[in-house]
Amino acid sequence: MNMHMEHPELEYGKTVGNAFSADPKFSLRDVEVYYGDTQAIKGISLDIARNEVISFIGPSGCGKSTFLRCLNRMNDSIDICSVRGRLELDGRDLYDPKQDVVELRARVGMVFQKPNPFPKSIYDNVAYGPRIHGLANRKAELDEMVENSLRKAGLWNEVKDRLDRPATGLSGGQQQRLCIARTIAVSPEVVLMDEPCSALDPIATARIEELISELSENFTIIIVTHSMQQAARVSDRTAYFHLGHLVEVNETNKVFTAPEHSLTESYITGRFG
Amino acid sequence: MQPANLLPLIGVLIALVFALGYGKSRALAAPLGGIRNLKSLPFYYGARAAIWCGLPALAVLAFWLGFENKIIQTLVIGGLPAELQPDSAGRASLVLSQISNVASGALPPDFVPPGIVAAADRLQGLRADSRLLMTLLVIAVAVLGGFIAWTRIAPYINAREKYEATVQRLLFACAAVAILTTVGIVFSVIFETIRFFGKVPFTEFVFGTSWSPQTAIRADQVGAEGAFGMIPLFVGTLLISAIAMLVAIPVGLLSAIYLAEYASPRARKIIKPLLELLAGVPTVVYGFFAALTVAPFISGLAAAVGLEASSESALAAGLVMGIMIIPFISSLSDDVINAVPQSLRDGSLALGATQSETMIKVIFPAALPGIMGGILLAVSRAIGETMIVVMAAGLAANLTVNPLETVTTVTVQIVTLLVGDQEFDSAKTLAAFALGMMLFIVTLALNVVALRVVRKYREHYD
Repeated sequence: MNMHMEHPELEYGKTVGNAFSADPKFSLRDVEVYYGDTQAIKGISLDIARNEVISFIGPSGCGKSTFLRCLNRMNDSIDICSVRGRLELDGRDLYDPKQDVVELRARVGMVFQKPNPFPKSIYDNVAYGPRIHGLANRKAELDEMVENSLRKAGLWNEVKDRLDRPATGLSGGQQQRLCIARTIAVSPEVVLMDEPCSALDPIATARIEELISELSENFTIIIVTHSMQQAARVSDRTAYFHLGHLVEVNETNKVFTAPEHSLTESYITGRFG
Repeated sequence: MQPANLLPLIGVLIALVFALGYGKSRALAAPLGGIRNLKSLPFYYGARAAIWCGLPALAVLAFWLGFENKIIQTLVIGGLPAELQPDSAGRASLVLSQISNVASGALPPDFVPPGIVAAADRLQGLRADSRLLMTLLVIAVAVLGGFIAWTRIAPYINAREKYEATVQRLLFACAAVAILTTVGIVFSVIFETIRFFGKVPFTEFVFGTSWSPQTAIRADQVGAEGAFGMIPLFVGTLLISAIAMLVAIPVGLLSAIYLAEYASPRARKIIKPLLELLAGVPTVVYGFFAALTVAPFISGLAAAVGLEASSESALAAGLVMGIMIIPFISSLSDDVINAVPQSLRDGSLALGATQSETMIKVIFPAALPGIMGGILLAVSRAIGETMIVVMAAGLAANLTVNPLETVTTVTVQIVTLLVGDQEFDSAKTLAAFALGMMLFIVTLALNVVALRVVRKYREHYD
């Protein structure tokens, strides 16, 4: 199958399944993203419900990461990238010129593909967000925030005796959990995860997946993943992207057992991707 | 044949041997079923033969050229009649220059004794013989080396390994040149320095607070016994360097931050080369600028606010030197800041940090070791700078930290000590070497510290 040809079964702006929600956290309509003249996201409409875990899956280059990065405006730093359409968080336009991007990112945190701890101590990494947002008034308060975040990220017991050691000395899996702790230390409402386990071994991956399940009680989590098993294990809903189109969104169970769209079926049965 | 003609000839021989070796290995490979059955690719057989042809020949050539003159001179001097035999080294060099002048036709033969004329003929004869012998020997070595290597080409020989080993040794030799030069410089300075300390006590030099290197030429001269205290010079150097760094560090660093983080790609493309252009301006030109524009401006300004400033001041030299150093710091820091992984920026921005918070709290600390290294290198540059100071800060060795006064620096004094006619064993001249030694130690220490700082923090990210 030629992946670069426009597929006859792809229809602009058309998504099968269950893309909308009565009480959405994010309400995204007709989202288009352009890199210069190239259109990377082709008219996607999707709701993301409160406190749900939703996975974005699809072949490489299908636009799932680009779409994810629209949700906290991380694409802003790419000069040639422009975003169109209506993107609302709790009914407020994300791309409104009056929208403060600092406040937005404090509400919508992000964990990256490769663990990217700052070259600082473990403590300072977690305290970074609370410090820049002025969340703690006293040292004791900050200490508590750091401890809580590390506990939630399941890292506390491993690092409590060496909080002043450089974070770069941790293992890859520990670094990624530290990055998660750093993200949730700001108490965001949404956590975006861009292939958070792709650089990790299976044990560290399992640990992070467990963590995602625990975090889903308090946060809305959107996770981009290349692992269909991971999507199946952690998410409530799964969205399948193909060449910049959102092809299908459904309950995870349904996507993996009875996909509605033929492209989704081809992908999950391993015929391409 | 002249060496200039011999070199291309060796080049041709090398190319020829390479081609022959390449061809032979291919020919050997053909009956075996192609070059896949050779231990190495034909290129390596050719290259190895070429190395055997070129390296020994070049070594012989270098050796010959290195010793040719000495041997010929010894022979010529030895052949002189007894009454012309020189009795001292100085006399020998005088006779030799006479002989070679006659030989080259610069001195008419009528002006010198016949023994010298005969020696000149002998000199020319020996030179011609030497050149002929050298040409033959070098070509013979090249041909022989190439031939031996060519005969030894065989499918089972791994020419690649030997070629690689030779390349590695060549690279090492290149690296050794820099090291040997440094060692040579140190030694040449050390011996003169030791001689200096034979005349002036070490403690007087290191702790003395007065610098006035005029020594008496006649014993009955007045007021010229000389004082060799290096403190005023080092204080002057440090004062000017400090002023320069006060200008260069903030301006250089902030412009680097602007370039690396805030400037649009287009602005960056224009501004960066322009900034680096500053580093290409000859220091003499900076000297003009300092002496003719900045220094009068400063003394005028100081007079306007009721301060006394001399027309040449440490401030003028320091300010201009600081401007000169800006590109060192900005360019190096810009590179270092750019080398900080993008993922760290993303991580910080995604937490809701602003661009300047990201800069101050994440990128700057991550880049700090590299920036420190750049700054320390810039300090060495400031300490060693001479021209601007000569022109703008003056020559008077005042022990002062007042930037409006005239001061002088170590390098400037070295220059003034060695300019003009000097006898090479007076304390005044030797003092230049002692100062050079001290300067070398200081900048070496700074460089060592810079390297240490950079190395210590290098593993920090990733």
